[in-house]
Amino acid sequence: MNLPISGTVYGVLLNFQSEVQALTPQMNQPPYKAAPKAPILYVKPANTWSAHDAAIPVPARVPQVEVGATIAMVMGRDVQAARLSDAINSVAGYLLMNDLSIPHASFFRPPVKFKCLDGFLGVGPQLRAAAEAGDPAAFSLEVRINGVLKQSLQFADLVRNASQLLADVSAFMTLRAGDVLMLGCGPGRPLAQGGDRIDISAPGFAPLSNTLVAEGSAA
Amino acid sequence: MKHARIVFEDTTQEAVERDGLLLLADGRLVAPDAVTAWLPPLAPTARPRTILALGLNYADHAKELEFKAPEEPLVFIKGESTLTGHQQFTRRPADVQFMHYECELTVVIGRTARHVKRDDAYDFVGGYTVANDYAIRDYLENWYRPNLRVKNRDTCTPLGPWRVDAADVPNPMALALQTTVNGKVTQSGNTKDMIFDVPFLIEYFSSFMTLQPGDLILTGTPDGVVDCLPGDVIVTEIEGVGALTNTIQGQTSA
Repeated sequence: MNLPISGTVYGVLLNFQSEVQALTPQMNQPPYKAAPKAPILYVKPANTWSAHDAAIPVPARVPQVEVGATIAMVMGRDVQAARLSDAINSVAGYLLMNDLSIPHASFFRPPVKFKCLDGFLGVGPQLRAAAEAGDPAAFSLEVRINGVLKQSLQFADLVRNASQLLADVSAFMTLRAGDVLMLGCGPGRPLAQGGDRIDISAPGFAPLSNTLVAEGSAA
Repeated sequence: MKHARIVFEDTTQEAVERDGLLLLADGRLVAPDAVTAWLPPLAPTARPRTILALGLNYADHAKELEFKAPEEPLVFIKGESTLTGHQQFTRRPADVQFMHYECELTVVIGRTARHVKRDDAYDFVGGYTVANDYAIRDYLENWYRPNLRVKNRDTCTPLGPWRVDAADVPNPMALALQTTVNGKVTQSGNTKDMIFDVPFLIEYFSSFMTLQPGDLILTGTPDGVVDCLPGDVIVTEIEGVGALTNTIQGQTSA
């Protein structure tokens, strides 16, 4: 499988403002007891990576998966304690990603069993160079399932914009050259099931398509 | 056999233990204290290795932290940038109140593992090493807890000194485990007290994710974690696997 990534892939929870607003009434209740302070990260390990156009297996026990379409930053150099003013200069480019999950309502425990199934991260076919991409706040994307528009995302609505996210994450851990940090998956994430084709498109990006295949069925 | 990965004469190289010395690939024997640096004792992998780590996997530790024992594994994933080697330094931010070690038996996967049954699980283990899975409790939040700000910090996961072949660890589920701080024993336990043992964990993880050679499972820590201050020398030791030394270093900012 030829993929335009080589490093550790990190995702971020609750980085769209409307997602945070929707969850705000629960944030001071157990088990959370407080709104999050630092960026809430998770890892999509190498077993989850799927190329553009690859079929993604969905276990028979999983009736539906949640489609977390996003744009990810690929680091061009090691970045540690980045300053807000120049954090963005450490980004080599951007990629579309399809961060699949088994739907889950609680964000208390790390989501390994929901997010780290084989194949559960579609990776865009081509890096869009940072110099050409411009300000990530102007990014937008669309998700289609079987050709029907299901979600539109505007990356102007982030809680932490790209620079802030890089600064706040690199304050406590190094992002290495080649590591990947997603900007967040938005509200209204669509559901899909075996047999569905998922197309993610964004202006200026090579589109990302994957088809879900129910395990145990003929591919 | 015990394998190490070291920097010696400005070169990163593999070595094996021989009568208390390090046998290099070129046949020379080197004293352990002649090594420039010990690295995590792992062969490089083509893709980033998956580092799975267990929380609350010993009955006594679960009790100590006022949680009931979990009904399924509490697992989180680390990135490779948190790893460091034997005899290295781990940074403690200046403003924290409670930073503690966690001595953990670590499984190094030896063969691609998918849908492995418990009875076959040991066939997929390449070896074992010792991890010290430091946590800074000040940064705990109840979102994907334990969150990465607690568990994925640079220098905060020492690993080593040795990777011991699985064949040389006949029963990994009955190993004494101990931590000392400045020579004083502060933690002692036994891997027999794990809630989810190594075969269970390999069956569990491989039921939904394919494990590759070089992937790691850090199996959790027992009772007895204490605060570690700058200058403290922490030795996490597991019977037959190794004694991993680490020194806490103060850091001026988080």
